[in-house]
Amino acid sequence: MSDAIKIKIDGKEIEARLGQTIMQAADEAGIYIPRLCAHPDLKPIGSCRVCTVVVDGRAQAACVKPVMEGMEIMNETPELLQHRRNIIDMMFVEGNHFCMFCEKSGNCELQALAYRFGITAPQYPYQFPEKDVDATHPDIMLDHNRCIMCARCVRASQELDGKNVFQSIGRGFERKIGVDGERALGDTDMAVTDKAADICPVGCIIKKRVGFEVPVGKRIYDKEPIGSDIEGVKS
Amino acid sequence: MSTMTSKIEQICARYDHDRARLMDIVREVQEAFDHVPREAFGLIAEHAGTHRVEVESVVSFYSFLSDKKQGDVVIRLCDDIIDRFQGGDEVGETLCKALNINFDETTADGNITLEKTACIGMSDQAPAMMVNDTVITNLTPEKIPAIIEQLKANPDPQTLITEVGDGNNADPLVQAMVKNNICEAGPVILSDYRKDAGLRKTLTMTPEEVIEDVKTSGLRGRGGAGFLTGLKWALTRSSPGTDKYVLCNADEGEPGTFKDRVLLTERADLVLEGMTIAAYAIGAETGIIYLRAEYAYLRAFLEDKMNQRRAANLLGNNILGKEGFNFDVRIQMGAGAYVCGEETSLISSCEGTRGDPTDRTPFPVVKGYMVSPTAVNNVESYCCAARIADMGPGWFSSIGTGKSTGTKLLSVCGDCARPGIYEVPFGTRLSDILERAGADDVACVCVGGPSGQMVGPAQFGLGISYEELSTGGSMMVFSNQRDILEVTEAFMEFFVDESCGYCVPCRVGNVLLKNRLERVRKGEGSQGDLDYLQRLGESVKYTSRCGLGQTSPNPVLSTLKNFRPVYNALVKDNGSGMNKSFNIMKAVEEASAIAGRRSEIFHA
Repeated sequence: MSDAIKIKIDGKEIEARLGQTIMQAADEAGIYIPRLCAHPDLKPIGSCRVCTVVVDGRAQAACVKPVMEGMEIMNETPELLQHRRNIIDMMFVEGNHFCMFCEKSGNCELQALAYRFGITAPQYPYQFPEKDVDATHPDIMLDHNRCIMCARCVRASQELDGKNVFQSIGRGFERKIGVDGERALGDTDMAVTDKAADICPVGCIIKKRVGFEVPVGKRIYDKEPIGSDIEGVKS
Repeated sequence: MSTMTSKIEQICARYDHDRARLMDIVREVQEAFDHVPREAFGLIAEHAGTHRVEVESVVSFYSFLSDKKQGDVVIRLCDDIIDRFQGGDEVGETLCKALNINFDETTADGNITLEKTACIGMSDQAPAMMVNDTVITNLTPEKIPAIIEQLKANPDPQTLITEVGDGNNADPLVQAMVKNNICEAGPVILSDYRKDAGLRKTLTMTPEEVIEDVKTSGLRGRGGAGFLTGLKWALTRSSPGTDKYVLCNADEGEPGTFKDRVLLTERADLVLEGMTIAAYAIGAETGIIYLRAEYAYLRAFLEDKMNQRRAANLLGNNILGKEGFNFDVRIQMGAGAYVCGEETSLISSCEGTRGDPTDRTPFPVVKGYMVSPTAVNNVESYCCAARIADMGPGWFSSIGTGKSTGTKLLSVCGDCARPGIYEVPFGTRLSDILERAGADDVACVCVGGPSGQMVGPAQFGLGISYEELSTGGSMMVFSNQRDILEVTEAFMEFFVDESCGYCVPCRVGNVLLKNRLERVRKGEGSQGDLDYLQRLGESVKYTSRCGLGQTSPNPVLSTLKNFRPVYNALVKDNGSGMNKSFNIMKAVEEASAIAGRRSEIFHA
């Protein structure tokens, strides 16, 4: 194929195709670059910054940066691992994440990333912000305490469901996910069958009445660390 | 039909129900109803072809827009550190007393709302405030009661203007009490020049030749990032696309900067000439001036300048008889968001969305405004380009240093005898500028604003240039009487307020930095807290998505580097071996309250 190129990640040469992002190329080569806002079915937006890599000496988000012939990428350097850990810690302290009470525990990508990075407690002080819980929808609950503003739901609703249920509102630390209704989620055209209902990496968008169908202990990341599926591609 | 419904329909119709003009629409709704009512979100969405939540998204982003009812008169006191040091806090207290309200409140009669706002570009005549679009400068607490009495008698803020400033500030369309304070006019921009001579010469050349000249001149972006202007134009020209755009970044939001204010007042024609030359060079037919809301008082004046140029065939179709060269400009008003000075945020805002930055692959030169090739340049850069077109690239590059050609406009403010605008050749030493500005007791200079560097006397011998001390124009002087860490904390507060919140490190990291700095300032910190600030600052700088986050830790990181003894004195170990931030009395307070008795061991 004419668009086949070669790039290097941490010194290892891999095949890639023009038009791919660094993350897509790495995934295919079985190299895991940690991420939270990125999702294979959605356009990448580079908001969480967990996938920060160094490309030819410059920090870039692997989920949005396209590959180019001969690109040299650093992924698992001690500095990058520390920056990523710091970002993950920031997400824990900016919200109210209580894994032991959360029905997403075991299926939560934030929690799983923390385990992968060996985080047992965040190094930053908890901010304990006051956040709303929106239970107005008959089938879906929004718990903003657990939101990490990855905007996956915003994109999924637009790109996959052909709707516009979610959008970011506010700015800075007050930024949050708003809904396209007069008051709350119950006023929107969101349906429990929407792709947006299944896309949340954390426990913010929760389907009612099914939270514990799979018992704790038998959930995705109870079995293997996050990223194992990608790292298993070539093994 | 209610009046609100019909009014909103009217406004949306005036903008052709165009979703991309949502900024203008909500600004006008706010003007009509003194806020953008939440009940109107759905209606606006319906008539602008978008969703209710998109309207909320925009309204909640910009600090000059509000979904809560405000007074006819909104007073916005500039809360910049320069203003505070010149007595801004006392002015604020007097305002609260005179109005009998706190900040972010409206008087009981519903007429006057009081707010604080980030730097409004008047640091050379601080403290200053905006009353609606009218700017009031050189405030003192003594002046406040009369101002409030006057506003109560007549809510038209223009009646507060008794004396207008110099130059075009006195123009009938401006009528502002703002002063230019041009202290030094350099050869490129503020000296006399031949009007439109550059444009006339340009039209005798090919676009490629024009770009080549700008390249040869070595001109770099004056907003601070220093990208080569000629290269930017060449890339925009060569990018595929039929519609191309020329954007002028007049969102001068960096605290302490006011040089674009003076350029828009005194060199509006030169700015428009530069934009027209850029349009010819890259092949654009449409230009936009993104004017920050704080400079709304210049809007009518600029519109008039544009009309005059249209009448003189300097804008419009077949400009100056050049067959097929059509170009016109519109003004896009901002609504209070520092991040919109970042070029991709500025483009988002021009497209009528919240000012979140976008990813820089593709770059705006390839896919910018309306997904078309777009050149975004600073006000000052356009002025330089017009002068290069007239005087030639050799003339321009003979001024300044090898890598920084031409002159730079500096906005000098703070603790100096002569605050104002200094146009100096690149390479001029900071110490020379301080001397000319009459700053003889200087502990620290913030070069480039909060996003720049805070430097001490050891660096005063360095030159203003992209290779030594880089600045978009802000230069704040702080004397030995000032608490440098108070300045640092104010700058971190600024970034916390102005972060768009899109990416994690900037949204959260700046809050954590500010909080930890606060602890250190209270004397409750340890050496470990300084390491924490350093490491956290580096992560925010390194991993943030746009220029705002990548520079926001600079106040902390540059003071840790250049003013370490100030920190060290605050975190000096008192030998107790205790964590100074831990207060046992406070820690048992809540438990004591619940138990209904004081602690037997820990009590006062």
